Amino acid sequence: MFNDKTAKFILLAGLVLCIGGAFAPNWIVNQFMFGFARALAILGLMVLWRTGLVSFGHAFYFGLGAYAVAILDIELGVTDVFLRLLAGAVVAGTAGFLVGFIMRNYRDIFFAMLNTAISMVLFGIVVKTESLGSTDGFAISMSTILGFAPESKYPLFVIITLIGLTSALLVNFYLKTTVGKLTTAIRDNEIRVEYLGFSVAHAIHLKYTISTILAGGAGALMAMSLGQVDPESMINWTVSGELVFVTILSGPGNVIAPFIGSLVFEVLRTYAFELAPQAWQLIMGATFLTIIFFVPGGIWSLLEKLGGKKNAK
Amino acid sequence: MNNKFIRGAVGFAAVSAITLSGGMAFAKDAISIAVPSFLTGGAAGPFGIPAMNGAKMVADAINAGKLPAPYNTKGFGGASATIIPLDEGGGATKQVAEYRNLVEKRNVDAVVGYISSGNCQALAPVAEELKQFTIFATCGTPRIFEEAARKYVFRTMGHATADNVAAAMYVKEKYPNLKGYTGINQNYAWGQDSWRDFDLTLKQIMPGSSPSDKTQFPKIFAGQYGSEISAMSLDKAELIHTSFWGGDLEAFIFQGNARGLFKKKIGVFTVGGTAAYRLGKKLPNGLVLGARGPYGILVRDRDTALNNWFVSTYKNLYGTYPSGPAYQYGQAILATKIAYDKAGSDATNEQLADALRGATFESFSTTIEMKLGNGHQAITENGYGITEYDAENGENVVKDVKFYPASCVLPPEGQNSVDWIKGGMKGAKC
Repeated sequence: MFNDKTAKFILLAGLVLCIGGAFAPNWIVNQFMFGFARALAILGLMVLWRTGLVSFGHAFYFGLGAYAVAILDIELGVTDVFLRLLAGAVVAGTAGFLVGFIMRNYRDIFFAMLNTAISMVLFGIVVKTESLGSTDGFAISMSTILGFAPESKYPLFVIITLIGLTSALLVNFYLKTTVGKLTTAIRDNEIRVEYLGFSVAHAIHLKYTISTILAGGAGALMAMSLGQVDPESMINWTVSGELVFVTILSGPGNVIAPFIGSLVFEVLRTYAFELAPQAWQLIMGATFLTIIFFVPGGIWSLLEKLGGKKNAK
Repeated sequence: MNNKFIRGAVGFAAVSAITLSGGMAFAKDAISIAVPSFLTGGAAGPFGIPAMNGAKMVADAINAGKLPAPYNTKGFGGASATIIPLDEGGGATKQVAEYRNLVEKRNVDAVVGYISSGNCQALAPVAEELKQFTIFATCGTPRIFEEAARKYVFRTMGHATADNVAAAMYVKEKYPNLKGYTGINQNYAWGQDSWRDFDLTLKQIMPGSSPSDKTQFPKIFAGQYGSEISAMSLDKAELIHTSFWGGDLEAFIFQGNARGLFKKKIGVFTVGGTAAYRLGKKLPNGLVLGARGPYGILVRDRDTALNNWFVSTYKNLYGTYPSGPAYQYGQAILATKIAYDKAGSDATNEQLADALRGATFESFSTTIEMKLGNGHQAITENGYGITEYDAENGENVVKDVKFYPASCVLPPEGQNSVDWIKGGMKGAKC
């Protein structure tokens, strides 16, 4: 799984980032942490998108991951970064696997909206329940790493980078397997895929579950890097929309794209917020429209053009 | 992917890193104060914008040395301040991320503001972690200083307990025969605390009245209250308590008016002050109106040099009378000046905090004493009045205004608000 260009680039970039992070100022490290945490969820959405499915409800899994961390912290005092991450991914993955039995039967707008519906049910429950923090959410204590409490954010940043790198490699590998290659095939012609002897329902169920595990992990990492969860920023449909936004901004071309796209999004938002406190949403919206009109392949397609290659894989 | 691409990517990253890290480091003849407030969404018009206006007006006057005595010295410890406006919208988590940016990227000297209790609750531990001198201007939940000791975080106005204990006392005076009461409050820290304090106080001081079992807790910024209004119209309780603020407050008044809710019921609005100037004739008569302390319409006629300056300058600049949020942000900026004047313009966060801890100062409309939360939480008097439309001048006024001293409506130092009320408000001096 390490012998293609993408894999080599991921390993190299991961190494450069981990070293660079030690010297970067705190706020840049923060941007990378937020960006890379979200990128995990984008990675999952990208797999679905290649299959022709867009979910407007993945904040459900993102939120489950984040709230798993918060509730473990408050109820049991779990602070270990790996336990927290595992909890987030397992809770979201289990939910995703169960919900997947329903979702695999739907396509297009029905798939998108059914996901939204489920995520809004969770949103409603959390908002209305005071013991789940209602609209305020919870503050999360600092993560520890195998029993040692780091002084700075750098260790968490390295962990997030390594998890991102590993996930990217795994998804990259998965997309090259036979089941993984059933993405565009399903999008183009489901009946033909069935005639080839593959179950479309199973393939979609698997992809859906993978995407929910990734979204749960992303939520857990985001909660740990921010130190706060609340339903508005973790479960609401606007978060699902944001995830789709970043997926489109990144482009489906390569597993590296979500990381670049998510980082660009984070920096863009920070600067929009800084430069135009009253109209920052306008800047985000204008960027979105520009991408859709002029760069439908996302940032990745721009990079491909810069790199002078038409079909980098 | 070829070498050219990798080289391009690395180059891009390097260039962007250099561009991004520019613009830091200041000399101390100037300081920067970040002022977060709602600049987008439903809370912006009635709350966020007046708050920002108040902050800017006071900061400009301080920079020019134009405040009335004793604050007529120029600048913040001599340094001129730049106000960095910031949007408070988007939820607590987003605010935490932005707060980190403010401190670690933009290197602001002080953070002064915040309206939403949810945001304050989320930010207090972050401010402590980053050791950043921060003044909360408006947000109301008592939990901020009751749940943990703070070193760098201050609040220059009273908290929700004062608003709701005072409201209950005013209700007892005006409606001694009250049988039942209900409430509509937003389902987050502020709304939950407000209802809890009001309900507990009435249980203590008016044992003859009882709460409805159908109190309403819609989501913050919901904007639509049709079903809640129906439920409350049918409820037997004669009085409705609400801590709605900003756009939610106005939406609730409009929708309740259309259904005749305030003709049937007594409305107690703990943050109603902002609506008095904005709604004009559409504000129902006979509401029990508060402004979260001695601010806005409740103190418009208070004749002191500071208050006269505040009201007339604000009216000249912005064309309306200043409402509560303008006062609250204005006095938070004033507190920043007081801290800087005492500690010097190049003071560290620790020195600024030491300077403000336990201070007592005269603000635009009242005396602020930093007495609770180990000198980090202010206490002030708190008051209510009854709304009436003055047709002659075409504006709302409040009559029967009554103020309760701080020692009457707030727990003594070291006591948790809920325990204090439940214990019969021992030590209250009214």
